[in-house]
Amino acid sequence: MQEFLEFTLGGLSTGMIYAAIALSLVLIWRGTRVLNYSQGGMAMFTTYVAVIVINKTGSYWLGFAVALAAGLVLGAFLERTVVRPTLRKPSLNAVIVTIGLLIFLEGLAGIIYGGQYRSFPPAYSIRGITVGSLALGISPDGLFTAAAVLAAAGVLALVFQYTSVGLRLRATAFNPDVARLLGVRIGRVLTLGWALAGLLGALAGLLVTPTTFLYPNSMDAIFVLGFTAAVIGGLESPVGAVVGGLILGVLLSYVGGYLGSDLVEIAGLAALVAVLMLRPAGLFSSRAVRRV
Amino acid sequence: MSEAATLTVEDVVAGYVAAPVLDGVSIGAAAGTITAVLGANGAGKTTLLRTISGLIRPRAGRILLDGASVTKRSPEDIARAGIAHVPEGQGVITELTIEENLRVGLLLRSSRERAAALADIYEQFPVLGERHKRLAATLSGGERQILVIARALLTAPRVLLLDEPSLGLAPRTVAQVMDLVRKLRDDTGLTVLLVEQNARSALAIADQGIVLNLGKVVARADADALAADESLRRHYLGF
Repeated sequence: MQEFLEFTLGGLSTGMIYAAIALSLVLIWRGTRVLNYSQGGMAMFTTYVAVIVINKTGSYWLGFAVALAAGLVLGAFLERTVVRPTLRKPSLNAVIVTIGLLIFLEGLAGIIYGGQYRSFPPAYSIRGITVGSLALGISPDGLFTAAAVLAAAGVLALVFQYTSVGLRLRATAFNPDVARLLGVRIGRVLTLGWALAGLLGALAGLLVTPTTFLYPNSMDAIFVLGFTAAVIGGLESPVGAVVGGLILGVLLSYVGGYLGSDLVEIAGLAALVAVLMLRPAGLFSSRAVRRV
Repeated sequence: MSEAATLTVEDVVAGYVAAPVLDGVSIGAAAGTITAVLGANGAGKTTLLRTISGLIRPRAGRILLDGASVTKRSPEDIARAGIAHVPEGQGVITELTIEENLRVGLLLRSSRERAAALADIYEQFPVLGERHKRLAATLSGGERQILVIARALLTAPRVLLLDEPSLGLAPRTVAQVMDLVRKLRDDTGLTVLLVEQNARSALAIADQGIVLNLGKVVARADADALAADESLRRHYLGF
């Protein structure tokens, strides 16, 4: 029973990181119908920015804040300069461009920072919390991870639902031509969508890297799992992205805990294949999703 | 409602180089009038509206709103200049609620004006007010048409472009929509460019009519005169 509790809580905490990546993918997918394969590379790059700031200033939280800001700027910059020209072209162009961006960012990180593994500090202790003799399987840092992603998702949901910026984002996502005819400057809206996705990706990078290491390809596996979470949730649904992340996190935690950690990555890919075969539109979408 | 404006289209060419969809089209719509744009499928009616609203860039010619050129400006800028385009197939954002659809139309208005403008629309179109929290997807075809016209009105347009508002509607609903368009002109003095396949209904409310065929204007006259021209009706208007 204790193991089960440990694996469940640990899985929920890790699932929050997948949820953050999934949310960033959903944001871009809804706005532009582009699957951003460079999301992991963006997250890796902004985590390096955090490392530099932390090393220079000794302040974790300053590094954290600068990395989030860097994610915002990087997302906006990439949309404006590289992605925008592909949007009125065949959809394969955008796919190739985002894969190219991933290779570029990973290559650039290798040139600037080198390929060695670097450790990254957690915000809080990573020692598991115990209540009496019961180990809960979650650390203060894990709780912070969960709280940070939930807060980001909550703020995002409020912005989407209750602000005119959110209404612009949703109108543009659902029907860009109609939005333009009603005076919405959709170029700015798309840039904002990518900026927010960059911020979420940066958050995911900061939260996951203490449990792994930082190197140019360090976010590749996390991206695949975040993508799986987004597919489970249906790619269209922010709520689905969070729930998909949690489902995947718990599932992989059980696989790692009960069957062995070697099987975790295979189980993640198996989950992706299973969802694509059995319910390609995801658990939270009733509509068909375009193949990419 | 903003003051109505004249709309002038001068020698507009749009579409492919080898086969232009609009081939030197010129029309003028006086302020506060309804101009019916008629013609068969493929005549260029929808392309004309999409070119005026900026969704298609003209290859030649000019588009003037009260004498000021809006040629080749973006759809966003043209909407902000006061031209509201209700596209064919209605353009309801079905994933949003009725009120959210209307609020998209209000984004061009100042925040002080929004609540009053929305209240006005609910008073004018009670069916929207009664169901404002429901998804727009739940509305019938006629109700959706009312929603998109109401949403366009919330942008405070000077010119309203309506593309096939009767498409797919039952005859009784078509009559209600046409009555609504006529009322808008009579009550607010709005300038309306009305593209319609249903020529009889359109001419019944229009001040003037223009007939397009293969991208060229083949006739223009007062609506009554067009409706009375038996040859034109037989060849181009189908009634």
